[in-house]
This record gives sequence, C-alpha cells and structure tokens, in this order.
Amino acid sequence: MNRRVVITGIGVMAPGGIGTKEFWELLSDGRTATRRISLFDPAQFRSQVAAEIDFAPEEHGLTAREVRRMDRAAQLAVVAARQALEDSGIDFDRMNPHRTGVTIGSAVGATMGLEEEYRVVSDDGREWLVDHRYSVPHLYGYLVPSSFAAEVAWAVGAEGPVALVSAGCTSGIDSVGHAVELIREGSADVMVAGAADAPISPITAACFDAIKATTPRNDDPEHASRPFDDSRNGFVLGEGAAVLVLEELTAARRRGAHIRAEIAGYATRSNAFHMTGLRPDGKEMAEAIRAALDEARLDAGDVDYVNAHGSGTKQNDRHETAAFKRSLGAHAYEVPISSIKSMIGHSLGAIGSIEIAASALAIENDLVPPTANLRHPDPECDLDYVPITAREWRTETVLTVGSGFGGFQSAMVLTNPDRRDR
Amino acid sequence: MNTSVIVTGFGVTAPNGLGTRDYWSATLAGRSGIDRVSRFDAGRYPSRLAGEVSGFAAADHLPSRLLPQTDHMTRLALVAAELALADANVSPGDADSYGMGVVTASSAGGFEFGQRELQNLWRHGSRHVSAYQSFAWFYAVNTGQISIRHGMRGPSGVVVTDQAGGLDTVAQARRLIRKGTDLVLAGGVDGSICPWGWVAQMAGGRLSRCDDPGRAYLPFDARAAGHVPGEGGAILVLEDAEAAARRGAGPGYGEIAGYGTAFDPRPGSGGAPALPRAMELAVRDAGLSPGDIDVVFADGAAVPALDRIEADAITAMFGAGRVPVTVPKTMTGRLYAGGAALDLATALLCLRDGVIPPTINVTPEAAYGLDLVTRRPRTAPVRTALIVARGEGGFNSAMVVRRPDDE
Amino acid sequence: MSQESTATPRMTAEDLLGILRTCAGVADDIVLDDKALDTDFGSLGYDSIALLEVTANLERTFHVDLDDDAIKASDTPRDVISMINSR
Repeated sequence: MNRRVVITGIGVMAPGGIGTKEFWELLSDGRTATRRISLFDPAQFRSQVAAEIDFAPEEHGLTAREVRRMDRAAQLAVVAARQALEDSGIDFDRMNPHRTGVTIGSAVGATMGLEEEYRVVSDDGREWLVDHRYSVPHLYGYLVPSSFAAEVAWAVGAEGPVALVSAGCTSGIDSVGHAVELIREGSADVMVAGAADAPISPITAACFDAIKATTPRNDDPEHASRPFDDSRNGFVLGEGAAVLVLEELTAARRRGAHIRAEIAGYATRSNAFHMTGLRPDGKEMAEAIRAALDEARLDAGDVDYVNAHGSGTKQNDRHETAAFKRSLGAHAYEVPISSIKSMIGHSLGAIGSIEIAASALAIENDLVPPTANLRHPDPECDLDYVPITAREWRTETVLTVGSGFGGFQSAMVLTNPDRRDR
Repeated sequence: MNTSVIVTGFGVTAPNGLGTRDYWSATLAGRSGIDRVSRFDAGRYPSRLAGEVSGFAAADHLPSRLLPQTDHMTRLALVAAELALADANVSPGDADSYGMGVVTASSAGGFEFGQRELQNLWRHGSRHVSAYQSFAWFYAVNTGQISIRHGMRGPSGVVVTDQAGGLDTVAQARRLIRKGTDLVLAGGVDGSICPWGWVAQMAGGRLSRCDDPGRAYLPFDARAAGHVPGEGGAILVLEDAEAAARRGAGPGYGEIAGYGTAFDPRPGSGGAPALPRAMELAVRDAGLSPGDIDVVFADGAAVPALDRIEADAITAMFGAGRVPVTVPKTMTGRLYAGGAALDLATALLCLRDGVIPPTINVTPEAAYGLDLVTRRPRTAPVRTALIVARGEGGFNSAMVVRRPDDE
Repeated sequence: MSQESTATPRMTAEDLLGILRTCAGVADDIVLDDKALDTDFGSLGYDSIALLEVTANLERTFHVDLDDDAIKASDTPRDVISMINSR
C-alpha cells in the first residue's frame, strides 16, 4: 500500500466531553456521563438512563436556519467537523475542493427529527393518513440521511466523494475505513470522516426496551453502564459525533501537520447469523481483527491497547472476549482492553468514530482509558479490562472494534506513524 | 493491477416487471408500471401516482419466518438478491463465505414498518412497539438480511447518497473485489410508499402533481414538473473476472469499467454543478474517451433546472445530439436508492441485446439538444453505456459498463 | 395499561398458535398444530427476538406482566399456556 493515511485533525462531541480536551479529561479521569434521561420524559420506559450531551447548537456557531434545518445528529456532525478542521490547521480555502471528500456514518439518521415531525403530522399517532399540511420543508433531509454528509460537505467546502455510511453500530468505523480507502486508491487527498447519531428519543428507547437490550438500572444512572462486569444487564444509550481529518502521510508531513495517528488497517466482516444475535464463538469479529492486522502488517503481539466494543450487554461482552482470544491468542491475556462506553454510553453509529478518536488520543498520551464501573468482572470475561482507573501505558498500536445489528463486525488498527518508520 | 470486475447476474423487482424477463419485455414494449397509489388512500394528497411492484405477494417468495420482521422494501430486496444469485448460478453455500459480501444502498430504510411502530408508540404506548423495530426500519436492514439469508460473511456495507446510491454501492463492491473479495452482491431495492414516507417525499418538492400516468413524469420535456416515486430496484452479482472464470461462470453481462463521483458546491456559492466532473471521471476511469460511449442512461430528474444541468453536461461531453440518451425510469418512476441500480441492470441488458429501451411519454424539448430515444426501442451496436445518477443535496455519480467481448 | 384485570381471558392453544404465526411466522418444515404444543420453541425454529415479540404480544393480549426471560427457547407452547392461565 503506497499511500498511507493519517489523522491530522480530531473533533469530538461526546456526553460529558465537548471538544477533544474535555472528552479526553473525562476518559482519563474515569468519570461517567450517564444519567436519567432528560431529553424526553422516560417514565413509561423500561430503561430510563442515557448519556446525553448538554448541547446548545447556537453556542457552537450554528445559525438559526441551520438549527431548524438539521436534525440534532447532523448538528453534532457539523460542529465536530468544524472542530476537526480547526485542529488540523489546514487552510481549507486553499484546498482543492475536488480532492476533498466527506464520509459520515450514522446508524439511525435523523430519527429524533423524524419522530418530532411524525408526531405533528400524525397528531400523536391518531392518523395513519398523516397530514402533509403540517409538514416542514426540510423533512426530506430527515427522510434520507445522506443530508448529514451533504451538510458536512457544505460546512467544509468538500466537492469530492461524499457519502453517508450506515452499517448499524459499526457505521463509525466503517465510515472512516471507507474514507481511508478513498485516499489510498487516489480518489481523494483529504477526507473529513466520522459519524454522528442522536438516538435518545422515545421510539429508539421503545425498540431497545422491546428487545431488552438497554439497561433497566434506573436507580443508579451514573453506574448503569457496566461492560464486562458480572452485574451488567444492558447498554446505556448515548449520543454524539466524532469527525476526523484524514490526509495522505507525505502530504501531511510536507505541510508540517500535527499527525495524531496513522490508520494502518481496517476490515469488516458479517456474521451472517442473526440481525441482533451473536454466536458466542466470536469467529467473525476475530476474522475482522486478523484481516485488519494483516492490512497493517502487524502481529497480534504488536497491539498495545484494545478499545473494545464493550457495550455491556450479556451477549456482546462474552462474544467479544471470545473474539479477542481467538484473534490475539495468548496476547489477549496480556494486552490492556477497555470500553469507554462505560463512561459515555453507546451512541450507536457514532461511537465507532468516537472510539477511533479515543484510540488516537491514547497513542498520543500513552494512556489507556479505563472501563468504569467494572468492580466484579464476569468470570467469562477474564481479560485485562482495565477497571476503574486509567493506566499509563506505552501505546503505539491500538486495535479498536465494533459490532452491530445486521451482523456487522469491524476492526481498525491505529499506530503511531513514527514507530512504523523506525 | 486493477482487477477486472464483471456482473455475472442480477435480480430485478420493478414496477413494470418482477424478474428480469418480465421487466425487460415490458421495458422494450414501453409498458409503464406507474398508476394510482394502491397501498394507501392517496386521495387527500396533491401527488397520487406511484410505481408500485404490483402483484407482489411476499408469502409466495419468502419464508414465513421472515415476514413479520421485514418491511415491504426488504422483502423486495430479498427476492431481488435471490434472483440475482440464481441468475449468476451461485450457491453461496458452495464457496468461501468470507469471500462474499453484500453492499446495498438505502434512502429511508423500512419506512412503512417505522410508521406503524411510531403509531403504536404514540397511540398505544411504548410496550406496543415491536421487537423487530430495532432493525426492520434501519438503513442497514437489507444488507443484514441478505447476508444472513445467504450466509455471506465477507466485507459488507451500506451507502446512503440519496438517489445516487445504486451506483455508489456498485463502486464500493468493485473496491472490495479489487482488495480481494471474490464476489459482492450490490445495488439497491427501495421504496417508502406509505403515508408518512409520502409526506416526507413531497416535502422535497420534486413530486409530480399530475394525475395522468402518461404525463406525470416527463424528463427533458417542456412540460416536466417533477417525478413519480416508485419502489423496487435491482441487486447485482459482481465478481472478480478471474474468480468467475475459475468457477466457469462465463463472461457475464459486462464489466464495471469506470466510475466517478463528485459533489456539488454549496448551494448559493455560485460554483458550477459537479455532474460533468463525475461523468468525466467515470469515462476516464474506464480508459475511454467520450466518443467510445454508445448510450447514456440519464438521471432524468424532470425538474427543469436539473434537466438543464444534465443536458448541458451531456452535450458538453459528447456534442449536441451525438449520443443516444434514454430514461427508462419513465416507466417505473424514480426508485430512490434502487433507481440507479435498476438503470445499471437495464444498461447491461441493452449491451446484451443491442437494443436501447425507450423513454416513454416524453416529447423532447429541442433546446436540450439531446438525441433522446423515445416511443420505441432503438437497435444499435452498443458496446459501452454511461449511467448517470444524482441525489438530492448535491450527489452526482456516473458509471461506465462495457460488453464482455469489447476489451 | 397493564393492570391485572379480573376479566383476563383464558388462553387456548389456538390463541397461542395464532400469536406465534402472526408475530414470528412458521419455520419451513414445521407444522404449527396441536402436535407442536409439546415441542420446544428452539426446535420450532424460534429465536430469542421472536420469543420477545411473542412475549410482548401475550402481555398486551392477556393483560399480564411477564419477566424478561419468561419464555425460553427450551420451553414448549404448552408451558406458556399453563403459565399464562395460572396467573
């Protein structure tokens, strides 16, 4: 692979962490941002906990029209993209827009905006033949979430390849993986890539209630997300966005960019088994991990830290533990592994990109963020899941993974690019 | 070192024909699938026509276990995928399951399923929401269900680029094959013909309000006033040509020879539309020059300003009236994420049979300078076709397909 | 919405089989008749999500509150009928 791809800018909108600095402080401190849902009245729901962002779009430079036009997830994407641009130091006015592209991942698109508008046109569900006279002009942009990618492209002035990638809860990894591929093959020189989801809405809460996927630990919201813990009983819904600026390595060096990390390998596989279920053997995720390491020309033993999917459901955490053992062998027992979903919840399609951002920051800071709330490990999750406290750790290579409804299993390998040159 | 990627089969679910044979004979005969909406009472809405896949009884085609958990458009997609594999003579069980992936385009997911569950929630309460809602409506549903049904465990994905998605997924499939996956199912089958989807589509401002199926969707016509939405699309089997040869698959329908995509400048910025650039990229990627292109399957928005942009792009590239242009979607309506995939399948049939299907109902506006194939099919030696697709927001994609024997 | 009502109807085998058909369909090669009442749900081709859908439907139809794992793949339709009717 001749063209190597590096991260030169990061923007993050996460619960408890607006902007990279605040986000990394939250993770380093092992604080949790989960709480009782405030975005709607959760009283009728089984799970009443979520990780929410205190987000006032106007404070982040969005105009009144942009706020009206964009769903919350699109707003988060645009704000994160602007942060990433600023962080990259690229003068976008001097970029070739034709060689600049955008990929945004999202699992559920404008679900919040759609539900709000549905309530109006249907009169809270009273009418099947919903009333078009109550609809809003931007409703089509909610219907088809490629509008998110378009908004980001407009915000950064990109006119190259632009797409929304939507592979359920691996969208955030797959979107960045897609962008990396576009730079490698020469279709773009710069990609603004990431993901956004804002799913904390009644319909999302109801559908996860229906399959008992979210935690009912409503009496202790701050400690509700417990990946790998024996007492875990479901994930905590989250929201957020992360957007990265990706560049070809030599071009980034030429302009003296601050290189945060290299994306050295990426792969995705499907379990072809069940829309929501996972086989306990973790085979397909292991295959994705192996393929991503192959692409990075690295061995299992080179991995210094694994950023786990770690959603905190019974089945995921065992599935994933099996996948790590299967793909990393004995090294699985030695490498530190953690789930930041313990702190910021599971923001569906967005989380993959947020976790890539966290992985890059782990490399930059030589620090492994912890798995919060992990007090009594599940005996079947018997790896080093870095409980409670962050760990100072020489981190040059990170594996980050995701698993999603539809059977998607994705893995990405990030490295310190200087190390690979040594 | 770029692997040649060929199409060895496809499955079609279209408003004017279920299955390739019915679709192609209807298309050559100029038979339209556009009619009054039948699935709900559209009488109260300003737009009342649609291209529905009529006579589709899901239970005749799919296992009963899949029916409660699938939206109508997913059922159509599952049928298209099954037809595609049969057409390519592939039994996924035979091959390395990691060597086979699925990439589909989506626009709105399973929107009718979603409307029902939103109604259950807001009318009756959260406990009335189906367990299947967690995946039946979302954008990744077709890829997931197809990969499960056929045991395909290779790299898979979902691309959403409004109505350009049908081509963008095929490009992504080609990318995956070039990286080492032997076979990828790609394309799109779509549709949101339910009241909530209808209202959301109307909000886009591009739906025709005409009640006459013969006059409602008229791209490149002076009377153009929006489009008719439809449902359906196509799923294609893409293979590494060498891998296909190894399994004795034959040359297939044609090669995915070139692809280009480009995004429009921010609205109001005054920049030039990106469509010409997407078309140039595709032709150049195929190693061809415009003179090598034998037919253009146009996007055909039927919105005057958009028709103008497309006609200008075509005449700038080829010269006025220098290449036959057609819009067979005048017989199906616009199928959103499925539309460009169906156009691609149609272009491959056109290459196979040397006949260009017509654009029906349209009286070409002379000022566009297009050689639009109208009324009846035109026989022509067709070696290469250019397919153009656009999505709302600024998405432009183009793809070149080439006959297998035309290397 | 889900208060226990004195008018809770008793569930028949046909009620349950009907709910199974509607909520989860019938697997290929399976005949969903009286003989199926003593076959476990797993063998009848129902996965966990199908059983959750069935559980939710039973809760609404028969006005009962069931635990998250009230119906397991190892249970049979007859187990469920007696469980509902013993409430």
